[in-house]
Amino acid sequence: MKKEDVAPLKQEKDQFQNPHLHRRKFLANLGLTAVAITGITACTKTESSTALSGSSVDESMYGTHYNDIQILNYAFLLEQLEAAFYINVTNSFYSGATSLEKMRLEQIRDHEIAHREFFKTALGGSGIPDQQFDFSSIDFSDRMSVLSASKTFEDTGVSAYNGIAYAINSPDYLVAAGKIVSVEARHAAYIRDLLDPLSFADDTVIDSNGLDLASKPYTVVQAISPYLTVKPDMKSFPFNI
Amino acid sequence: MNFQQIFSELEKQDPEIYDRMDTRRDSMRQFTRIGGKVALTALPLVLSGMFKRAYGQNNNASYSITQVLNFALTLEYLESQFYTMGVNTPGLIPAGNALNGYKIIKQHELEHVNFLQTTITALGGTPQKSPKFDFTAGGTFPTVFSDYGTFLAVSQTLEDTGVRAYKGQATHVQQNDTVLTAALQIHSVEARHASYVRTLRSAYASDESIRPWITGNSTAGIGSSVEGNYAGEETTVQLGINIVNIDGFDISFDDATECFDEPLTTAQVLNLVSPFIVA
Repeated sequence: MKKEDVAPLKQEKDQFQNPHLHRRKFLANLGLTAVAITGITACTKTESSTALSGSSVDESMYGTHYNDIQILNYAFLLEQLEAAFYINVTNSFYSGATSLEKMRLEQIRDHEIAHREFFKTALGGSGIPDQQFDFSSIDFSDRMSVLSASKTFEDTGVSAYNGIAYAINSPDYLVAAGKIVSVEARHAAYIRDLLDPLSFADDTVIDSNGLDLASKPYTVVQAISPYLTVKPDMKSFPFNI
Repeated sequence: MNFQQIFSELEKQDPEIYDRMDTRRDSMRQFTRIGGKVALTALPLVLSGMFKRAYGQNNNASYSITQVLNFALTLEYLESQFYTMGVNTPGLIPAGNALNGYKIIKQHELEHVNFLQTTITALGGTPQKSPKFDFTAGGTFPTVFSDYGTFLAVSQTLEDTGVRAYKGQATHVQQNDTVLTAALQIHSVEARHASYVRTLRSAYASDESIRPWITGNSTAGIGSSVEGNYAGEETTVQLGINIVNIDGFDISFDDATECFDEPLTTAQVLNLVSPFIVA
């Protein structure tokens, strides 16, 4: 890997390693936006260029640009991963799975397959290839192992959609992503409470402002990379297709 | 009509021109870049172009950012006060996981209220004051704070409706990255709550047909009083793609409706919550 390929990754990691958008950071972002807004309002009245100084949107939070096809493919990758995982889970349930758990996991599987096929159809020839995944680190006979992985996939899915939505250009795609992310959040809460009662929205995912995770692609890719057989390229994100 | 009162209250907020201007996301960012490059004399031209684009294009941009946030704040007042009442009513919510779960939800709704108030103020707006609420919804749910099953039903309806309400506002705040992201971060918390409350209802009613997700336009047994809150959830076509049996996979109508939650417009939401609002 060339050095120039490494630098942006490092930079992204530093900026986004903390998944929470903390109050101070949030207000700082808003503040900068407000400066820009004030600047422009003033500008319309005085036509002064001085109002523009300092009026920049915080590039550290929202500086990375992806096009809509890249973003849909990113979602497609995540949905492929989830669907493949639940197909494995439901092909051979962990020991001790109750009939209710089996029924719910089969429903979740069908949701994820539907999401996957939705993106596949929407992307058509622009879609990434069907991926092979490496689930060797998961013991599919063990409840804790399966549900822990499930929790990771669902929480990561929520954080990924929340963290990339700002970059979507098409309002239609934004709404579609919104329609899916709340279902992932429903899954996440259900799975979390199966694992650990009352963890449906605990403080590992919800911050002191009552906000859920929003993660940048780099963080998401790190979380899912143990299961990927082809590593995403952050430049031609997610893959060079 | 209460609905109109709220609406006119919301519309009294000063329309914020810069929110309209920035109907195309990123234009603010582009503008700041242009500002550095373009000669001072060219600025009026650039600005008039932006205004034209702002007013000429997006008919959706009829709400300013702070109007949207005040709308959200009203819903959070409703939820926050509902759960404060519920948690503080002795004997209503069974002790243990149910009560502890509702304490978590109550805390989140309070945090959302504070967060939205702070954000509206930071954007130069004025946070709306809380309306007075009637949680019986004009007598539709007379036992809401004496019967746990009724409390669960109202709770489920408020959470599912909250999810739909935030989803419906996404495109109204699309031009502001920070606000859009925060709104979605609240949106998925409401969805987690909805899932949890539905699981509680399922256990309480010993009814496995009450799922953590929304099936078709079903109220999950609550009945006709909340049918409007679920209308439209039976949608099976997304971006023109039929999800039922998509690509030959065995995806039923139930699956297809469950795996996409549907948005509600501002007017639809205000209409649905108006029975809960006294003044």
